[in-house]
Amino acid sequence: MAAARRRPLPIWVDAGLLPVVNVLLALSVAGLIVLAAGVDPIDAVRVMLVGAFGSEEAVGYTLYYATNFVFTGLAVALAFHAGLFNIGGEGQAYLGGLGAGLVALGFDRILPAAILIPLAVAAAAGFGAAWAAIPGYLQAYRGSHIVVTTIMFNFIAAALMVYLLVNVLIAPGSMSPESREIGAVAQLPALHVLLRGIGLTVAPSPLNLSAVWAALCCVAVWLFLWRTPRGYELRVLGHNADAARYAGIDVGRTTVLALCLSGALAGFVGVNEILGVQHRLILDFAAGYGFGGIAVALIGRNHPAGVALASILFGALYQGGAELAFDFPSITRDMVVVIQGLVILFSGALANLVRPWLEAAIAPFVRDARGVDAIAEES
Amino acid sequence: MPPPPVIELRAIDKWFGAVHANRGVSLAIARGTITGIIGENGAGKSTLMNILYGLVEADGGQILVDGAPVRLRRPADAIAHGIGMVHQHFLLVDRLTVLENVALGAEAAPLLGRALRAARVELARLERDYGLEVDPDAPVGALPIGAQQRVEILKALYRGARVLILDEPTAVLTPQETDRLFRILRSLKAGGVTVILITHKLREIMAATDTVVVMRRGEVVAERATAATDREALAELMVGRKVRLALDKAPAVPGPPALVVERLGLRDRRGVAVLDDVDLALNAGEIVGIAGVSGNGQSELLEVLAGMRAPTAGRITIGARIITRHAPADPAEMRALGVAHVPEDRRRFGLVAPFEARESAVLGYQRRAPFSRRGWLDPAALSRHCRALMTHFDVRPPIPTVPSAGLSGGNQQKLILAREIAPAPRVLLVGQPTRGIDIGAIEFIHRRLLALRDAGCAILMVSVELDEIMALADRILVMAGGRIAGVVAGADADERRLGLMMTAS
Amino acid sequence: MPEWIVAPLLVLSATLRVATPLVLCAMGGLFSERSGIIDVGLEGKMLAAAFAAAAAAAVTDSAWVGLAAGIAIAALLALLHGFACITQRADQVVSGVAINIVVAGLTVVFGIAWFQQGGQTPPLPPEARFMPIAWLGGHNLIVAAALLGVPLSHWAIMRTRFGLRLRAVGDVPLAVDAAGVSVAWLRYRAVLICGVFTGVAGTYLSIAQNAGFSRDMTAGQGYIALAALIVGKWRALPAFGACLAFGLLDAIAIRLQGTRIAVVGEIPVQLIQVLPYALTVILLAGFIGKAVAPRAIGVPYEKTP
Repeated sequence: MAAARRRPLPIWVDAGLLPVVNVLLALSVAGLIVLAAGVDPIDAVRVMLVGAFGSEEAVGYTLYYATNFVFTGLAVALAFHAGLFNIGGEGQAYLGGLGAGLVALGFDRILPAAILIPLAVAAAAGFGAAWAAIPGYLQAYRGSHIVVTTIMFNFIAAALMVYLLVNVLIAPGSMSPESREIGAVAQLPALHVLLRGIGLTVAPSPLNLSAVWAALCCVAVWLFLWRTPRGYELRVLGHNADAARYAGIDVGRTTVLALCLSGALAGFVGVNEILGVQHRLILDFAAGYGFGGIAVALIGRNHPAGVALASILFGALYQGGAELAFDFPSITRDMVVVIQGLVILFSGALANLVRPWLEAAIAPFVRDARGVDAIAEES
Repeated sequence: MPPPPVIELRAIDKWFGAVHANRGVSLAIARGTITGIIGENGAGKSTLMNILYGLVEADGGQILVDGAPVRLRRPADAIAHGIGMVHQHFLLVDRLTVLENVALGAEAAPLLGRALRAARVELARLERDYGLEVDPDAPVGALPIGAQQRVEILKALYRGARVLILDEPTAVLTPQETDRLFRILRSLKAGGVTVILITHKLREIMAATDTVVVMRRGEVVAERATAATDREALAELMVGRKVRLALDKAPAVPGPPALVVERLGLRDRRGVAVLDDVDLALNAGEIVGIAGVSGNGQSELLEVLAGMRAPTAGRITIGARIITRHAPADPAEMRALGVAHVPEDRRRFGLVAPFEARESAVLGYQRRAPFSRRGWLDPAALSRHCRALMTHFDVRPPIPTVPSAGLSGGNQQKLILAREIAPAPRVLLVGQPTRGIDIGAIEFIHRRLLALRDAGCAILMVSVELDEIMALADRILVMAGGRIAGVVAGADADERRLGLMMTAS
Repeated sequence: MPEWIVAPLLVLSATLRVATPLVLCAMGGLFSERSGIIDVGLEGKMLAAAFAAAAAAAVTDSAWVGLAAGIAIAALLALLHGFACITQRADQVVSGVAINIVVAGLTVVFGIAWFQQGGQTPPLPPEARFMPIAWLGGHNLIVAAALLGVPLSHWAIMRTRFGLRLRAVGDVPLAVDAAGVSVAWLRYRAVLICGVFTGVAGTYLSIAQNAGFSRDMTAGQGYIALAALIVGKWRALPAFGACLAFGLLDAIAIRLQGTRIAVVGEIPVQLIQVLPYALTVILLAGFIGKAVAPRAIGVPYEKTP
């Protein structure tokens, strides 16, 4: 990713204030659009906030959606660290769900949960990784633009899912394209059920064990990137491919590795959806999470902690958006897509729009402590 | 009354952030002279000329052209006042022809057919008048460097430049090509063009200019008639203290060969031989210098020896390992074999700018203990290592968590050198060890390289600075056209001889 | 006429019909990318123009107003992309993707808010569309315009002063700047031209090729056009050839729909749908584009004297 040379802002501004300002800008523009569609934006915000956090059930739904965003957000963030733009999250999520579903459908009468579930999770990772590996390989060894290939693979994945669900996996006697239900042994327990087991009562929601897996993935990604040599090599590649070559880092292999890991993470959306919520293979379960992952990664500055926080925000947007669509028939969930796009626009493309104002505003409070010689050296 | 100076700068001030790049610079350039502006890197001479050419706007002060104050906000303004500039890194579009490059931005008509026809006539006239022959229909990318430079000069003249600024023009030329350039400059002077030459090479100032201006730390510290001064005086003015232009060097005691290259060849993607039949033996405890104008295969030689490229012919023997086209090595393996590499372009290859210094300090060594153990990277070990490197090589500021880009060029180079020397390599490959570095750091680095040699390391050094090669190398190999054009013992080397070898191809 | 003449002619005709939006987008992308600005947003601009054209045509019953609306919207989005990439020096791919996503959602939001038909615009009467013209072989005006656009683009880029500067700014922007020509203004013009082309492409989709807008109707054609541009090495005529190849494939595929092949049985409709996307990947895989791309593409221009 190309980044312009800028005078550095203190970290609390760069990683904290600036993303918040950008998100607020995006939401303001969204407010204008909502107004143009004939709805009072303040009303809309109120409905969304209540819809997302106003009840235990709402919070549960928000966190359930957030789980998916964590997976795709981590996927995009990890790829960004290697300098690659993985837009194929949606397709990789579909394939991940396919993998988990196939294992569940294939072995739910044979294997116990303790073996079946990890196997299904591994399959989700494997299928997602494989779907990302091909564009990754093409980028690394043929120079094929990864943005175009991953988008093509999204389309191909969608068509593949339709074909499989209509012709191969459809439950016998069913009218709609979905598979039979996976056996209870393959289903991930819902969190409200688990909490009841230890004496806590919370309202039922789709929030399930995969949320814990998402949290673990955040930690794992952080550890990988900053505490392993391969993660180090991936970050070198992302900043400077020439330095990577100089250091003996195999650019091709590292590129493919980065995308495989990225695809595997996106594939875990399938674990949440298929094993945790839908309990069967259906169409369109990954809709919107691919692009949402990009927004989440950008706001979260590609850091697992930021991704986690941003995912909660987007989970709230999704859940709030559903309420919004319910209350105002003229606004559909497509509005959430618009917000996602606006967030990417303001946090990604126009991220530095407000920088001059921020710099001016905090200038009296901050001294530029960088070495003077450094700025003088141009050669 | 004498005519006003063609260019006058009064109290020019320029800040880049917290750095005062030009401090109240005042300068007058007489018409029809060749003026040299000399100074170390960071002295502010390039900034000053960029202001004169309108690439950068001054924060304070005045510019007068022919006695009248002007405002130069963009290159277009400077061009309109007859000021032209030849940059150190040519601004030519390889894809386009000489004619198209010259006409770019100054086309006489919206349709190319007509515009280029007119340009062709004018170009022919300029070539004749100043001895700047170049084929107008050749794609610029296919021309040799000397010819490309002539295209740059033609570009400026085509736009009616009466003042021509040249920024470090001889960095890429052999001594003989440099002489040709100076002949062109004299013919420009005879034609009434005023020439301003920016350089850090004392030899050229003495050879080509009428007047010398010395800059130091953003200020003009002296102005002399060239005939009335000498190299030592200028060096002292540049640095502010007496400078030793040569180092004390004990004679080398070469040991057994550490790395042997036989009939090495490299063809690029188009099949052009960038390296051809290169033989060389690097002995322990010896510094071998590769001299030559850049672009003659030295960079590629370093890349092949470092494992960044595989040879297409010949072989490299290091210890028991024989590297050929069919058994190539990568940089990781070369490091494991004890070959360290300080790259020519340190910012592009040697560091990762956004990384903290401690992360750049293990670049290439990240999988080794103690930095990595059983698959885990240890940041504390990285910090300890970085601090040690910084202490031994006087890198400032000695803070492991400072961003690599926050170090000055000299400190970056010291850190890279420290990193590569730390594992006590058998062989050290060094490209342009002191490019863009101030004199204090240069002395430091040279002394360290000699110490390393005396400790038994085999050092291969590529440099375009003949002074550096002649000061450090025990044996000098001259490269031209991808081949070794000659071998000279360090003690027997002189510029004339080396320069002649550089043009052989 | 005998079948063996009629069938290929029909296929050729169908090819042109299908390739037209690709050709228009590819020519637009050509200007933008030759100037050094990556444009992944061809898809979004085309979709926005399709919606705007259909909406305007539905309201005014005039195809020409629709065309104007389509071009205006696409040009506006092009300016936004230009502002982000040129003035704000943002990551050009992110900007393009952002615009695509916003447009995908916004066209449906406004579609539902204004027309209440689930995201579609109302079906258009013939006077609000570009209808086939007999003496153009049954093709409409926009197809003809697309075909003319190819030699026009080639001429503009290779034989005019603007084109020379465009080619230079995509390789060595500093050279153009130092010669006294504004890099930003050149790139803004290139990006605007791209907007006009994609505006026509989108208009074609909704009010010429079809009789209204439906959600996501571009279906990835903007990306395919970009791929065609890459495969065509950023030159007008080869890119045009690549677009025709895609169009031909699509035209043949549509004819094959429903036919049976000896061993395999009936060809699944999803396979037919997938062919253009798969072909895009295959073409990009077989082709190493990096060596020929404009040298400064994707790199925001900052003066570093």
